[in-house]
Amino acid sequence: MADRFPDYHVLAKRDTASWNAQTGAVVDARLAKDPPEGVLSDRQRQTLARVIDRIVPQPEHRPPVNTLALVMGKIAANGSDGFRHHQLPETRRAWERGLDAVDAEACVRHGSGFAFLSDDQADAVLCAVEKGEVEAPEWQDLPAGLFWSWRLIPDIVSAYYAHPSAWSAMGFGGPASPRGYVRLQANRRDPWEAAERDDQAPSPAEARNHHAE
Amino acid sequence: MPSEPEQQLRAGGGRAPDVFTPGGWVPMREYGEAEEVDFAIVGTGAGGGTLACRLAEAGFSVVAFDAGAYWRPLEDFASDETEQQKLYWTDRRIVDGSHPLKMGSNNSGKSVGGSTVHFAMVSLRFRPEHFKARSKLGYGVDWPVDWREMWRYYDEVEDALKIAGPVSYPWGPKRGRYPYRAHPMNAAANYLAKGADALGIDWTETPLATLSAPRGKAHPCVYRGFCVTGCSTNAKQSVLVTWLPRALKAGAEIRDLAMVGRIETKNGRATGVHYLRAGAWRFQKAKNVIVAGYAIETPRLLLMSANSEFPDGLANSSGLLGRNLMVQLNQAAWGQVADEVRSYKGPPSLAISEHWNYEDRGKDYFGGWSYMSQGPLPITWAKSLAGGRGLWGQALIDEMARNNHSVGLKMVGEVLPYEHNRVTLSDETDQYGLPVPRITFSLGENEQAMIAHATDFMDRSLEAAGAAERWKEMDDTCHLGGTARMGDDPATSVVDPDCRSWDIPNLWVCDGSVFPTVGGVNPSLTIQALACRLADRVKALC
Repeated sequence: MADRFPDYHVLAKRDTASWNAQTGAVVDARLAKDPPEGVLSDRQRQTLARVIDRIVPQPEHRPPVNTLALVMGKIAANGSDGFRHHQLPETRRAWERGLDAVDAEACVRHGSGFAFLSDDQADAVLCAVEKGEVEAPEWQDLPAGLFWSWRLIPDIVSAYYAHPSAWSAMGFGGPASPRGYVRLQANRRDPWEAAERDDQAPSPAEARNHHAE
Repeated sequence: MPSEPEQQLRAGGGRAPDVFTPGGWVPMREYGEAEEVDFAIVGTGAGGGTLACRLAEAGFSVVAFDAGAYWRPLEDFASDETEQQKLYWTDRRIVDGSHPLKMGSNNSGKSVGGSTVHFAMVSLRFRPEHFKARSKLGYGVDWPVDWREMWRYYDEVEDALKIAGPVSYPWGPKRGRYPYRAHPMNAAANYLAKGADALGIDWTETPLATLSAPRGKAHPCVYRGFCVTGCSTNAKQSVLVTWLPRALKAGAEIRDLAMVGRIETKNGRATGVHYLRAGAWRFQKAKNVIVAGYAIETPRLLLMSANSEFPDGLANSSGLLGRNLMVQLNQAAWGQVADEVRSYKGPPSLAISEHWNYEDRGKDYFGGWSYMSQGPLPITWAKSLAGGRGLWGQALIDEMARNNHSVGLKMVGEVLPYEHNRVTLSDETDQYGLPVPRITFSLGENEQAMIAHATDFMDRSLEAAGAAERWKEMDDTCHLGGTARMGDDPATSVVDPDCRSWDIPNLWVCDGSVFPTVGGVNPSLTIQALACRLADRVKALC
């Protein structure tokens, strides 16, 4: 689909009144993150990269989102969200076992590791995990549907939508402090908000988005 | 990586952070650990923080403990959903039951100021009849308090927080004017109004604890929309910036990064609290102990404090401690409109209808619910679409790109108390070496019937307002209550009408756990009103 918010870049507001110093620091640190070492096997990492690729495709014409680094950071930290489903192990263990099981499921269904499947094959495996209709024995101690809805989806989606490229692509105003917003009514836009592509508008969105600072 | 306020004590050495000034300090009185203070309060949120203020102002010596950090919002808070998870209670907890609860964001906080630091600021009064649900409406249990007494304390809290609300409130007995004018409605709120008008029911601007005019050193709300991740401009009237500065001025001591792990008793009375701070377990002597840790940590602490005098945990002669855990239903209806709504602007819930809290006809279930307009931030919205609607891949990305045209309505619905919904201790231990709580929760038939009615009604409201491509988000809950219920009878409640333990006369509970029922409104205003009431009762009793 064509970019709805052409030439709109949340990061262009990095040095304006919309971003306080704290926000700049945490987003800078996030953008600089690489996948950590010493967590996941090479095979698990390949599987995770391919899963991420299918769940949250990269935005077109925008800097890529480092989802893999962010999810792996969470796995390395073995972070708690404040709750753990009683049928699932803690974060790191759940991911290790879940990725092995996804890979095994690919082998059972298609005779090849998950990272090497075609898009359609990969999506079919993920659909099976989502529905809990899985065949690989690796799922015996890890309910597939729960791994999907309590671990895989929230962790991947949360990482992707923590990134400015994802914010820009959805026309989100992004960080807003100390400057917030003035125009709250429908179809009213502050100059630092995203203009949406509209073929009827007198000036193209690209032009209007150049006033985003 | 934990940030500096999460690792370094800020309160101590005769001073506490000045929440209104980056790098600033205010003087703080301190008490020795061997000094028997009048009150040790565990938790500084809506219950404990309010109480610390009111008791200190009444002349009592008070030390309040909080496991969380002492933030200065102006220097510590980013506009970022991920970073601000530091405000949530994300310690290990195990969830089970047929509807295991997702904890953390919208039902708990770990900060000085508690979850009010990241709450959505919705400040509502209970419907009067909801305090007597059993005798007036035939379900649940009665509160051992009179609604008129509570309404006097609501007045006090609304003034203390300078609640911004409508000129006249459409439901319930007449109330005074809100201290500050209502906030302007955003486009999302106008869609609630349009739907309610079309269906012939009342709506109003939501009474909110965020400033619509300057107050002291705090500026009015700038409608930045990151409210539920913490307010970085101090417009939000959290306990952190309202009651606690008053508490310090009145001589209360606040200890940050202080995790209370056990309450000591001797000869049937509480003698003080054991707490972990700066790497060492310490003991504070106290004449009275007040537990204000909210509906998970409060029963957990009382259960962890079991000893030879009280082998089943403190305040548990009824066997009800930790039981009757309630949440509130938080289901939603969503749709798409041609307008650019951009619901990320402003507080998330600027308009409300309490129609179904006050209308009992036409229901095939007990209890009430309200509903409000919504403004989810990107990660929250993506999790809703991926979890609630099963979108992933390009379908998710494309739907996210239409977010500026999404509108939604979300309920806050009453869950009934069931003894099988409960908090217990597991065999695992957390980073403090304390038993990890196990939280067991299942919805009942009554809740399912309410969800069906509410989601259908909200969907019809969106339809009437012109929204298309509508869908229902069926799996969400918020808020907590009930695990240390107050009542008139020691056999069926944990604390008495003064929130004092039936079993231990100098042990009190002051938070949402004392709620016998939760009603259909957000609980924070009621918790603060109960805290003010308790302070006045303490003055009479101690």
